[in-house]
Amino acid sequence: MVMISGASSPLYAKRRRRNIFTMGLSFVATGFGLSWLVLILAVLLWNGFSGLSLAVFTEMTPPPGAAGGLLNPIIGSLVMTAIAVAIGTPIGMLAGTYMAEYGRYDKLTYVVRFINDILLSAPSIVVGLFIYEIMVAQMGHFSGWAGAVSLAVIVVPVVVRTTEDMLTLVPDTLREAAASIGLPRALMITKVAYRAARAGMITGVLLAVARISGETAPLLFTALNNQFWSTNLNAPVASLPVVIFQFALSPYKDWQKLAWTGALIITLAVLALSIIARLLTAQRKSS
Amino acid sequence: MVDVALQGSAISVAEQVDRAKVLRRLRFGDAAFRNLTRAAAMAVLVILGGIIISLVYGSLPALRTFGFSFLYVETWNPVTEKFGAIAPMYGTVVTSIIAMLIAVPVGLFIALFLTELCPMWLRRPIGIAIELLAGIPSIIYGIWGLFVFAPFLQQYVQPFLITVFGHVPVLSTLFEGPPYGIGILTAGLILAIMVLPFITSISRDVFEAVPPVLKEAAYGLGGTTWEVARFVVLPFTRVGVIGGVMLGLGRALGETMAVTFVIGNAHRISGSILAPGTTISATIANEFTEAVGDLYTSSLIALGLILFVITFIVLALARLMLMRLNARIGV
Repeated sequence: MVMISGASSPLYAKRRRRNIFTMGLSFVATGFGLSWLVLILAVLLWNGFSGLSLAVFTEMTPPPGAAGGLLNPIIGSLVMTAIAVAIGTPIGMLAGTYMAEYGRYDKLTYVVRFINDILLSAPSIVVGLFIYEIMVAQMGHFSGWAGAVSLAVIVVPVVVRTTEDMLTLVPDTLREAAASIGLPRALMITKVAYRAARAGMITGVLLAVARISGETAPLLFTALNNQFWSTNLNAPVASLPVVIFQFALSPYKDWQKLAWTGALIITLAVLALSIIARLLTAQRKSS
Repeated sequence: MVDVALQGSAISVAEQVDRAKVLRRLRFGDAAFRNLTRAAAMAVLVILGGIIISLVYGSLPALRTFGFSFLYVETWNPVTEKFGAIAPMYGTVVTSIIAMLIAVPVGLFIALFLTELCPMWLRRPIGIAIELLAGIPSIIYGIWGLFVFAPFLQQYVQPFLITVFGHVPVLSTLFEGPPYGIGILTAGLILAIMVLPFITSISRDVFEAVPPVLKEAAYGLGGTTWEVARFVVLPFTRVGVIGGVMLGLGRALGETMAVTFVIGNAHRISGSILAPGTTISATIANEFTEAVGDLYTSSLIALGLILFVITFIVLALARLMLMRLNARIGV
């Protein structure tokens, strides 16, 4: 006697087949997504590593057909990134402080959060146009300052977001304890809340640095590019991403090779920064 | 007690004045800090206002000259100074559509894998790996796309597409022409890889926010993993998923460098997605520093304004939807 139990009914078999099929798809999709990461990193290492030498860090960008390095764009990138962080971080942290501490339930906070989230993903090339209009067009020339300010505009939303999130996570009991010993609010924030949220706030800055160290679009028409050594921030300044852009699209093999090496340097720096940022937050969670 | 009382009475007039001074200083410091943070919060709004005003101001000459025709004219001729935005707008939209067609299903399936199937110890590493994909700067995708991906497409994928779809009525126009390697399709595919992590991580987050009771109830009724995902998780998180998708769309629309490398920079609208084209951001990136004449520069800024308005609307809708979901879950 054959009993059709639930487990062997055609309907059940059909549902199970569909389940196996879709779960298989999700496996394949994950493999597909991860393979791009592996592919991109492998190609970068393959093409960039062979060009990596001491000369890359000690010599200037060469004219076509000659040997050279990436010293001036590396320094240019570092300087502009440092200035951008120096301008953007205080603004971002203070704004995040207002949103999490003073005006947590304000209408202003609500509006700023909404706008900030939009700025966070707004096209960076538009930021370049904005700084071009207010700085380059007014001063009449491209400059390292304009590049740094345009990067600062990108830093601000990242830092605002993380500062607000991290301060919101600080337990209110800490604030109440500080208030109960008579600490004024400003001191309570700077001495208690900031310390409790320190790791998270540093993470925000690291993420911002990671974000801007690869930004190219806002630098194209603010800092422009400079083939020579220049520490004058009132003149065009070379930066790693812009040099990669220019060299990669050039027909010269030497330049293309340097572009790959530069790409490898940027990627390694960015990945290292984001991994450090992650470790910092992971530590905070476990402690 | 006695000690305290004695000390209290021992406070001299001078000490009281000191204390008042300290308190006043603290109160002043507090008010100053409060206003400082408030000003910084306002600065975020000022940045947005500055972007809008400067873009509108910069694009006025072009908008005055061309009026509404700027939005539907295809010509882009720096020599005769006739400019229209429709070709870059078309490229922006089509590349983004291709990107979303691929990235949305793949992203959702990866999120499903991460929340339902993946063993616990693997979840974090895979999640981080996908997020690292989001951290890679777009110029890296560009150089990789130009030297590795485009030649690969040109040699293997595009000839295949042309031979397979060459005789199918509608698709033959879509896949027409020689395999250039660079073009609309290549840009769309690279954009797909770039927005994939955004869609994945947001979908994963909203999938994880589904109350376990709901899923357990569905499993208890005998639902398969797929059925639970399809009929419980997805309907519950629909608003959030759409929000995540639109966030990815906002990224794809505004992405500049990766697209600039592989799009081919041709100011024309072609029926074939294998043909070179251009996008708004690629046009600006390529031509802005070389633009001579106020009208040319102004037209490029007007393109930037259009891009900003489009992405602003898309991103604002994305945020509203994510907020609606959060309100429902009660985060």
